[in-house]
Amino acid sequence: MIYNAKVVLPILILFVVVLTYPFWQGGTEQRPEPQKPAKAAQCVEDAAWMRANHMQLLDRWRHEVVRKQERSYTSTRGQVFEKSLVNTCLDCHQKSDFCDKCHAYASVKLVCFNCHLNPELVEP
Amino acid sequence: MKKIITPFVLVVLLGLIAWFGTAGLGLYTLFGVVLPYGAFATFIVGFTFKILSWAKSPVPFRIPTTAGQAKSLTWIKPNELESPSGAPGVLARMFLEVFFFRSLLRNSRASMVKGPRLVYVSDKSLWLAGLVFHWSFLIIFLRHYRIFAEQVPFFVPLLEAVDGFFEIVWYNEIHAVTLPGLYLTDALILVALTFLFLRRVLDTKVRFISLLQDYFPLYLILGIVITGSLMRYNLKVDVIAAKNLVQSLVHFHPDTSIQVGSIFYVHLFFVSTLAFYFPFSKLMHAGGVFMSPTRNLANNSRAKRHINPWNPTIKIRTYAEYEEDYRDKMKAVGLPLEKE
Repeated sequence: MIYNAKVVLPILILFVVVLTYPFWQGGTEQRPEPQKPAKAAQCVEDAAWMRANHMQLLDRWRHEVVRKQERSYTSTRGQVFEKSLVNTCLDCHQKSDFCDKCHAYASVKLVCFNCHLNPELVEP
Repeated sequence: MKKIITPFVLVVLLGLIAWFGTAGLGLYTLFGVVLPYGAFATFIVGFTFKILSWAKSPVPFRIPTTAGQAKSLTWIKPNELESPSGAPGVLARMFLEVFFFRSLLRNSRASMVKGPRLVYVSDKSLWLAGLVFHWSFLIIFLRHYRIFAEQVPFFVPLLEAVDGFFEIVWYNEIHAVTLPGLYLTDALILVALTFLFLRRVLDTKVRFISLLQDYFPLYLILGIVITGSLMRYNLKVDVIAAKNLVQSLVHFHPDTSIQVGSIFYVHLFFVSTLAFYFPFSKLMHAGGVFMSPTRNLANNSRAKRHINPWNPTIKIRTYAEYEEDYRDKMKAVGLPLEKE
């Protein structure tokens, strides 16, 4: 016999329902599909590495450019790039078609454009 | 010493198993699909059974604690919080207990001073560290809904904004160590856990009563915090792949082709272990706090009669019935009768 079932059971059921929310949330899996750029076949570094580490790379670039004036980056493949978000990254990628896709999916705030101008921005 | 070291070795071994199992043996399906499913199911079923088993235990009588004046005569001031007379007082007491661990404010520490004299002093450090730890844990758990839920719930960006308000990025010579902005809860939970560990180890009396099963969850949660923080700040993994994996799990068609970095699987394996271990351990205080009789019962013994549910039904024989049975015999020997 369950004592105080009128109090215990509703709370227990509520707990289980709330905790299993992801399982009954419904909807279909919608994986983000960032647009592949047409301009270049390969990114600055290997794509898989970039997926996990691009924020580190961008932050290092900023540091080296702003504080040490080192403006050229030699990739592990030996290619030389300009350390620039607007001139290098955004030359191939579009913010709306590329960055925003995954950043919205994983709820990661994009802070680059707090300072940088997005080239596709249209002034009224 | 053994009870402190053994669980530490256990947790390190668990971490190594997950790392080697994925990076070495490629058992991504086992660590990414099978174990998380099993652990979550065990958690839900085990938790429910434990609560029901407690709900099946009768608590026939009120257990008033002596911390406050019960409701009595009109000119005696009652203490509704310490000795509630009805539901509102009980709800207030439960609320403060569940959300702010009010009972821990009564924690005291015994020490021997010059004399020798034994003195007890109030010790609020356990309350503070417990509060910091549990609230940090809750906020961190809620932040994870950006991974658990398909559409990021409204409270996640809110928590992230508050939690990462200071945007602390610490640099060493080579790169940013806490790059996407340090979350306060990540640092606070680490501090609180370290304190809770040191409390057990440094105080002789607490060390004496601490067991292996006290240290194990501490190390395990520390392991979860450390691997999670490492994953966020240092050993980066592909977050999108991680969310894809979790979404495939919650939509019940697991994608076995996804491979995230090994640190992710160590983190996940620790969490799976915790979820699996939870219903069988002291961690069930999460559900148990709601079932504590000294907290959730009104002190109304004098206002309301509580009858023990397993009392046998006793057949009572009154004096009137007795007299009725022996009336003739009693009358014959001249005994006085109540009813002539």
